[in-house]
Amino acid sequence: MSRRVKLLVGSKKGVFVLDSDEQRRSWRVAGPFCETWPIHHVVGDPRDGAIYGAGGNEWFGAAVWKSVDGGARWTHSSHGLAYPAGETPIKAAWSVALAHGRLYAGVAPAGLFVSDDGGASFEPVQGLRDHPTRPDWQPGGAGLILHSIVLDPDDPQRIWVAISAAGVFYSGDGGATWAPRNKGTRADFLPEGQRYPEFGQCVHCLVKAPGRGDRLYQQNHCGMYRSDDGGENWVSVEKGLPSTFGFPAAVHPRDPEALFLFPLNGAEQGRFAPDGRPTVWKTTDSGAHWRGRSEGLPRGDAYFGVLRQAMATDALEPAGVYFGSGNGAVYASADEGETWMRIAENLPAISSVETLVVDA
Amino acid sequence: MKIANTDDKPALVRLPASLTALFPGAPRVVELSAESVSELIDALDARWPGMRDRLCDSSPAVRRHVNVFVNGARAKLDGAVPPEADVYILTAISGG
Repeated sequence: MSRRVKLLVGSKKGVFVLDSDEQRRSWRVAGPFCETWPIHHVVGDPRDGAIYGAGGNEWFGAAVWKSVDGGARWTHSSHGLAYPAGETPIKAAWSVALAHGRLYAGVAPAGLFVSDDGGASFEPVQGLRDHPTRPDWQPGGAGLILHSIVLDPDDPQRIWVAISAAGVFYSGDGGATWAPRNKGTRADFLPEGQRYPEFGQCVHCLVKAPGRGDRLYQQNHCGMYRSDDGGENWVSVEKGLPSTFGFPAAVHPRDPEALFLFPLNGAEQGRFAPDGRPTVWKTTDSGAHWRGRSEGLPRGDAYFGVLRQAMATDALEPAGVYFGSGNGAVYASADEGETWMRIAENLPAISSVETLVVDA
Repeated sequence: MKIANTDDKPALVRLPASLTALFPGAPRVVELSAESVSELIDALDARWPGMRDRLCDSSPAVRRHVNVFVNGARAKLDGAVPPEADVYILTAISGG
């Protein structure tokens, strides 16, 4: 049976769905959906094709949107997606993740919620909310956001989250208790002698390598890291990259040694591709070596960035790699990042890109 | 003091299009009986579940970029809704 590849694109002004066959050469753009709300992250459920979008609107607050017909019609809910009266209200939902029949939503100010009814209602993950370090969490440039939710496909008890700028936290008991997992990651923005704190790092993106191992990767405000023990210890893998700064990281669907990055020129230098030449950097040996690939990308004078949730891979063979830019373009590679083509342009600023492969 | 307001003298409530678009079937104008803005929003939520979350945050308060006008005056959640009040719920200037 043939399959369709859908790119789920969250943008400053709604969700867009890009659709192609398995060749991934010709794409059709549909949208904007979700009443043009800012949508920070969109994921699809490969089991039933449902699409979930996390967003927040200046007028109407945070909500998780849902479509069960490929994007034609949407509903939304924020039932239970709230902090108690008197606390700073939730401004937006920032991330969504699916596994084991549960839908998790990360929000700003940072918190984690879970839905067991397909996004109709949510409950707080109280253990993270009550974590003793929480009063000392500091916001990053986008606010105090919980942006990465990493679920173990084989073990529903294991959850990692990444919060800017509180760092990585891990639960091995389904969210009841949490521990910081930041050992070895730098916080260059702290005074000398305090740059390896237990928490407070500005993690930008956290991903888990495929397979049954404990390998994680993270793009940080201050470096690029790999962990082979579920985040207990992190090692720098930034040597060979043009910059220590960037936002997204995307794992290969089958190879735990492979990773794709889009380094930017620096936190205080404009946050675009170095020298205005967009390049996707790829490792196939867990970060020991890196190669930049730019064939098909703008050859120069391109001063856009790519945000933390705006790069993804698909599960086809060879794997597709995708990213969306701050100036509303989507680029795709159907050959594991070797060559690229622009498949959409002039969309609103893109916040996120995820893939969904469904039977045609 | 109880403010008289019965089903015979409901408030006329105008809703913004950007709100009704989120609730299929919700009209732009609705008649509701309520004694306060909070009660009025509860009545909207009873008809269209989830509408309170769109209009109010959890502090609780009318959202920062939503304005409720009762008989021409901006009102908070505890604001009174007199019989036959003219109520406008409007989105404030926001966005980019």
